[in-house]
Amino acid sequence: MIAYLNRRYRFSASHRLHSAEMSEAENRETYGKCNNPHGHGHNYTLEVTVSGPVDRRTGMVCNLVDLDGFVEREVLSRYNLQNLNTMQEFTQIVPTTENLCVGIFEILQRGFAQAHLERVRLEETMMNSFEFSGPNPLRK
Amino acid sequence: MVYLTRKAEFSASHYYHNPEFSAEENRRVFGKCGNPNGHGHNYTLEVTVKGEVDPRSGFVVDLRQLKDIMHREVLDAMDHRFLNKEVPEFFSNIPTTENLAIAIWERLETKLRQARLHRVRVYETPDLFVDFYGEE
Repeated sequence: MIAYLNRRYRFSASHRLHSAEMSEAENRETYGKCNNPHGHGHNYTLEVTVSGPVDRRTGMVCNLVDLDGFVEREVLSRYNLQNLNTMQEFTQIVPTTENLCVGIFEILQRGFAQAHLERVRLEETMMNSFEFSGPNPLRK
Repeated sequence: MVYLTRKAEFSASHYYHNPEFSAEENRRVFGKCGNPNGHGHNYTLEVTVKGEVDPRSGFVVDLRQLKDIMHREVLDAMDHRFLNKEVPEFFSNIPTTENLAIAIWERLETKLRQARLHRVRVYETPDLFVDFYGEE
């Protein structure tokens, strides 16, 4: 009996979308308002989906305390109230929500072993969201 | 294939306890959820069915029938109940959101006639929800 456990978290961060490989004009053209040199911020909502058989003894896919602890330690405390452009991982790549979504998936993939990581969904605003499921087919 | 999703809400109480565990193990695994007096949630249930659109009615499923089944099989049994004490599935299974999604799937699956059950999603809170797609 495979069940899929979904958990939502929140953090806030700022970023500026700007590519060193593009001219100033091309950056303005590509990123529009998001290219403002002073940056701007979002309240992100992160949705993590893990899956696995339901443990008969606990009734759980994984203990929520473990998942919450991992996400708090490795993701939320890392990004919350930061300027993403100042972080090492975004020195070479643009801190779009696509790239942030993939980055968070990889952190979970590497470090969270208590259940199978299925998907990361990241809402940049109530209107925009991005999903990454690595090698897994995206389940609807 | 078209997918139709119907929502419903119910409120219930539960607690987590495994009689095979020691008191210390129960405390460690279940924490505050182990309080034997229970605590409650407002659950939101989303039932998704799938099927071909009937050319005469334009429906995947008769929504009234689906609502009736959800009411009879789930809400009448679980709304304003203490899951551990009043819902037979949880006399021996722990009423986690995972087990609740599975129990609801099993209650609905055999009762649906026109459309097939695709997914049962149970929100324990807006920030915690479980999806179950049947045996895979």
